[in-house]
Amino acid sequence: MQEITYREAILAALQEEMRRDDKILIMGEDIGPSGGPFKTCQGLYEEFGAARVRDTPIAETGFVGAALGLAITGYRPIAEIMFADFLGVCFDQIVNSIAKHRFMSGGKVKAPLVIRAIGGAGLRFAAQHSQTGESWLLSVPGLTIVCPSSPNEAYGMLRAAIRYDNPVVVFEHKALLSTKGPVDIGGPIPPLTGPKMLREGSDATIVASLAMVGRSLEAAELLAKDGIEAEVFDIRSLRPMITGPIVESVKKTNILLTVEEQAQVGGWGAEVAAQVTDAAFDYLDAPPGRVTLPDFPVPYSPPLEDSVIPSPERIAAAVKALV
Amino acid sequence: MKAKTTTRTAKTKVKPLTDKDRLALFRMMVRIREFEEEVQRSYLEGLVHGTTHLCQGQEAVAAGTGFVFRDDDYVGYTYRGHGHCLARGMDEEGAFAELFGRTTGVCGGVGGSMHLTDIDKGLIGAFGIVGGGLPVSVGAGVTAQMNGRGQLSATFFGDGATNIGAFHEAMNIAQVWKLPVLFICENNLYGEFTRINHSTPYEDLIRRAEGYAMNAVQVDGNDVEAVYAATAEAAARARAGEGPSFIECMTYRHRGHSRTDPAKYRDPKEVEAWLARDPLKLYEAALIKRKLLTREKAEAIIAEERARQRAASERAAAAPWPDTDTIDYAALTFA
Repeated sequence: MQEITYREAILAALQEEMRRDDKILIMGEDIGPSGGPFKTCQGLYEEFGAARVRDTPIAETGFVGAALGLAITGYRPIAEIMFADFLGVCFDQIVNSIAKHRFMSGGKVKAPLVIRAIGGAGLRFAAQHSQTGESWLLSVPGLTIVCPSSPNEAYGMLRAAIRYDNPVVVFEHKALLSTKGPVDIGGPIPPLTGPKMLREGSDATIVASLAMVGRSLEAAELLAKDGIEAEVFDIRSLRPMITGPIVESVKKTNILLTVEEQAQVGGWGAEVAAQVTDAAFDYLDAPPGRVTLPDFPVPYSPPLEDSVIPSPERIAAAVKALV
Repeated sequence: MKAKTTTRTAKTKVKPLTDKDRLALFRMMVRIREFEEEVQRSYLEGLVHGTTHLCQGQEAVAAGTGFVFRDDDYVGYTYRGHGHCLARGMDEEGAFAELFGRTTGVCGGVGGSMHLTDIDKGLIGAFGIVGGGLPVSVGAGVTAQMNGRGQLSATFFGDGATNIGAFHEAMNIAQVWKLPVLFICENNLYGEFTRINHSTPYEDLIRRAEGYAMNAVQVDGNDVEAVYAATAEAAARARAGEGPSFIECMTYRHRGHSRTDPAKYRDPKEVEAWLARDPLKLYEAALIKRKLLTREKAEAIIAEERARQRAASERAAAAPWPDTDTIDYAALTFA
């Protein structure tokens, strides 16, 4: 295990995979000699050249669509979306072309491509540059959607996504880029999908994604001081949404709380709550709880932004209200 | 009409057509026409479901361009793409079966008329969203460039698509990256039910290419040999690494936008003028003048193709529906 940042973990995954397979190329805005606005592509251009590390015009529809064209003709492209908010610009290509192309061909076409979208709040980027976007594509069959919450997950999931033979959208979080953690460099490729239990507990089950995973773990520590032991899951993949281990946990704890960095309506927490309720209704001691952003855009002013992002204290209080 | 071009290279030589080539072009146009007529008949019989977008009147574009492409080229197109598929050798029975929603269809019946495709024939996809296929063809153009084997990527679209963002992003990227992409615009003057002068600041869409400093040519899209020559020259440039081209084919659809559209919004005089310039009639006359064809021989070819399409359609109609119990949606969606 090496202690590296989330940013370095992304870069390490890209480097390793591109060294392994020369059919892999990456496209995005300012990712060439500049190394990417968030420096997740630093050095790739120098190592792999302009043909495989392509600086694109500011044209997400163009280059995300091009990724599909490359994928169905034998390459394994990666498209970097500088801010996940910009997924709105290329929604048609993702929803109507990328997600459906294999299906419409009668299962004859293979589209191995990865869209990396860097999102999330906390860095004072205001309403159009702070969305996680993680649920925007939730209702689109044909996509695989993953959300790495730590350097090790960022490294492992990106390698798994690049090797997968179907389109994957990887939601990364910019507030996590500088966070450090142990990474199993060169280790086995982890499963691309499915939740992971990060803390054991018997009194409540907390399910979170991206930056909310760390805050939920902090909340669990606060709760432990009051004698409440929370079990914490990283949801990891939103599509497919695999809730089996979460259901098992709720059967033990009888309490479910989801934590996500986006508005409540249309969030993935509702789907987790529905699936758990379907499978373990009789085990629930309280209605499933959800901690989210308010139903408004993300504000700019630091005290305002800080107050809308779920804090460990807010998550802990939500658990206490349920137990 | 006289062809307009913006930039030109004198270097590229176009292979002249032989008499055999000319007869093949004529037959392909007849095949596409008879296929579409059979689709129309089948639709009225209730065999084709939902909607379908026919290309009668635009056959010279599909036949003339298709004659230029190599087997390893990539071709992307739209919901009005039956002709492009046939020009690339798609099996007609499989095509009809797809339109009929049968299990023997080229996409197993899950795609339908708007999504006829066959990747093994370099048919990378039919896109039902206006302009949606252009960025994908740009990606296939990157593949062609990276492979370094002189392949090209051609993408077909209508005049209406030149107003959507995807068109502009695709044109821009293709030119900046000097990709071997042919942007083939079938300017049939109508985007759905709206005439071009109501949606676009000018009717000569070749002007779109000027904004991207792209090599461009405007041809009579009802003159199959003119389409062939313009495409062959643009293809030679692309294969030689000289970058993309925009080819505007001026043409007209004989029918409405889709099967439920009687196209009453068109001036009857305009329709009459274009029907008089039916690409099949024009080419038949040209080949009779060259003594390659007689009226009787032309009729015989038409009768052969009509019978061929009829037989393919009948076989397709006899094929079973997909089985709702055994269909494997997961395997269709994920590799």
